[in-house]
Amino acid sequence: MTLLRVENLSKEFGGVHAIEDLSFAINPGTIHSIIGPNGAGKTTLFNLITGVYTPTSGRILLDDHDIAGKKPFELARLGMSRTFQNLQVFFNMTALENVMVGHHLHLDRRFFPSLFRLPAIVRRDAEARAHCLELMEFVGIGRYADADANSMPYGALKRLEIARALAARPRLLLLDEPAAGLNATESREIDEVIKKVAATGVTVVLVEHDMKMVMGISDHILALDYGRKLAEGTPSEVRANDDVVAAYLGAH
Amino acid sequence: MMLSPRTGGLAALAFVVSLAPAFFPNAYFYDVAVNALFNAVVCVGLNLLIGYGGQISLGHAGFFALGAYGSAILTGTHGMSPLAALAVSAAAVGVLAFVVGRPILRLKGHYLAMATLGIGIIIHIVLKTESQITGGPDGIGVDPFTVLGLAVSGDKAWYWVGAGLLLFSVWTSLNLIDSPMGRALRAVHGSEVGAEVVGVDTGRYKVLVFTLSAVFASVVGSLFAHKNGFITPDIGSFFRSIELVTMVVLGGMASTFGAVVGAVILTLLPQMLASFEDYEAMVLGGIMMGTMIFMPKGLLPSLRAAFKRRRAAP
Amino acid sequence: MFAEFLQYVFAGLTSGAIYALAGLGFAIIYNASHVINFAQGEFIMIGGMSTATMVAAGIPLPVAAAAAVLVTMLVGVALEKFAVEPAKGADVTAIIIITIGASIFLRGAAQIIWDKEFHALPAFSGETPIAVLGATLMPQSVWVVGVSMVVIAALWWFFNRTLFGKAMLATSFNRLAAQLVGIGVKKVLMVSFALSAMLGAVGGIVMTPITFTNYEAGIMLGLKGFSAAVLGGLGNGLGAIVGGLVVGIAEALASGYLSSAYKDAIAFVIILFVLFFMPSGLFGKKGTDRV
Repeated sequence: MTLLRVENLSKEFGGVHAIEDLSFAINPGTIHSIIGPNGAGKTTLFNLITGVYTPTSGRILLDDHDIAGKKPFELARLGMSRTFQNLQVFFNMTALENVMVGHHLHLDRRFFPSLFRLPAIVRRDAEARAHCLELMEFVGIGRYADADANSMPYGALKRLEIARALAARPRLLLLDEPAAGLNATESREIDEVIKKVAATGVTVVLVEHDMKMVMGISDHILALDYGRKLAEGTPSEVRANDDVVAAYLGAH
Repeated sequence: MMLSPRTGGLAALAFVVSLAPAFFPNAYFYDVAVNALFNAVVCVGLNLLIGYGGQISLGHAGFFALGAYGSAILTGTHGMSPLAALAVSAAAVGVLAFVVGRPILRLKGHYLAMATLGIGIIIHIVLKTESQITGGPDGIGVDPFTVLGLAVSGDKAWYWVGAGLLLFSVWTSLNLIDSPMGRALRAVHGSEVGAEVVGVDTGRYKVLVFTLSAVFASVVGSLFAHKNGFITPDIGSFFRSIELVTMVVLGGMASTFGAVVGAVILTLLPQMLASFEDYEAMVLGGIMMGTMIFMPKGLLPSLRAAFKRRRAAP
Repeated sequence: MFAEFLQYVFAGLTSGAIYALAGLGFAIIYNASHVINFAQGEFIMIGGMSTATMVAAGIPLPVAAAAAVLVTMLVGVALEKFAVEPAKGADVTAIIIITIGASIFLRGAAQIIWDKEFHALPAFSGETPIAVLGATLMPQSVWVVGVSMVVIAALWWFFNRTLFGKAMLATSFNRLAAQLVGIGVKKVLMVSFALSAMLGAVGGIVMTPITFTNYEAGIMLGLKGFSAAVLGGLGNGLGAIVGGLVVGIAEALASGYLSSAYKDAIAFVIILFVLFFMPSGLFGKKGTDRV
């Protein structure tokens, strides 16, 4: 049974066909990568799946329910979470608070108890705090717990977004260029984090340019070019595909 | 045992507020102080919207005025009890803010500012024009505030009402900010899309904090009307709305205590400038420009940052 | 019946022309800096007040008017240099408060430099009404519309036919690109404030014989000019002009046929309507955010 299925998806921006007639499926418990040259539509595809954009046509099915056009916060409730290519960190809060917001759907959000700081809220918050601290350790930024987000280095911030996304307890995690802007060591560390995440049973979909990482960790790869599917398959299948090599791989 | 900054701050505020009257040079000062306290409460609510929620409202005096006129009219013309009138007005303002908030808060930046400005000015014009109901530009008298037959009268009594209300609002505001709801709200300010993808219904939160801050303003407006005994539509003017925003911004956005400080300073300032009354507008304008250019984070956060730097220096 | 309607239209066109000039002023500054200059109305006020007091002191009208325009332009440039430029990079809330603070500051200064009284100017070419199709048109109204048209035409020529004007347009489309090709963006900003100040001042001067002026005259005019700019599509010059005329005429018609007490509210109802239902205005473009 597929977790996420995309059928004949298209997205047009005033004449520009960012995504054209795209269809593919993602199985649960796998690491699935989307590759393609710049402008191929990878981030657009992410934005379509995560509800930031609405498709021009086609369907997006999560657990066989059409989710196209649903708002991002509704999708979060259905178990989807993501990180961003251009960091969308809450720079006006501490690192830990960032992760705690990720845990939002699992926290007590009632208004009047919050207003009066009832013991139930305080307790749940303390538990959440502990849990989020663990998540920060899990991705390797435990020492930044009380740091202000706006004082953290770039590499740590990328991991902060992952911790925040994990705090939402997703079944499906989409990572938009998690290694962008990181050096070789940091990329390898993110690599490890992604493998750890997948090992917990979360289905991971990532967009990446770092071919070494992609080939190394993916169970399945989808290659895009000009908004269309170029090829898909296992890393070795995609690596051997002539079209993919011609369009993209040689450049790395 | 170290006091958390919030408990410490609350205690300090309670301390200051209890002792302040001992330093009042004369009885008139109680009147000024009550206005300062009332402004502070409105600003605490407004700060939730502007400082923490990252939105803006250039029409908040309109909600204040609606609360004031609601109470005035319901107790005067319709003989409702002041407490009930306050509640009904607050509820009505809440509904208005909720209904108007949904479409307005989809806007951002300048557009949001102008929409709130429009709302505020329309309210002001309506209050000035419907003289049959509101008494028009000349204003309307207000019955005293009575609870269970006891009247709250005299500036001294109102001072303690104001102080209590301020402590209560600061306490609830701090609670809210440090709760999941509060963090979600601040997240909306930090990055709307970032908040959305973790399940925060940003639209709903923005409307909620807008409504809450409007209700704050309305409640204070009602009390102000009773305390003053007389109100005119100008309590809801564009200038008043700007004053409120300046108080929040001066004291420090995203700082509850900052909002209080800003309110106190800008309420006391005209008093101190009484002999320079003509220069009041220039001074206010100068403060607004100067603060935003040199201390964009506001007084309290800037001071806090300066302390941190001092301590960090070897 | 028609005469009455025409009367309102004339009134609406007259005030609409002033709103158009103000709206155009908003548009020019917004295009150069993405700042909404809440002090635009004060430019109108300063133009009118300066001229009125100078004329009252015996200075001939043309000289006084020219001097007033110059003074206002200096104020505009000072505003840009001392309030807007230092705040570069600040967030929207901060900038809004700065220009509002500037408008309050200027109003306060006007109160002190002049006074709180109303000031008048004699009508430029007398007060004999002109009869048009049963309605009466004041000569000053013709001046208002005529001068506005001349000024707008001059601006059009400036933006489309001179090198610097085109440079300003380029900056409004893409600031960074403009900088990279050597356009002095700071100068563009300064000139935009000066031009907007001139527009405001001219509007204030031609308007004063009709409505008189005082230190508070700028508030409503500025806000209504903003309404015009938003209606036309923020940043769109033609839109601001059309918007101004629409707001002026709508006001006059509503005031005449519905209720004169709510005349001032019309412009704000229009703002809300536009912001709710077509935020990019009549001529504006819609944009999308990149995530």
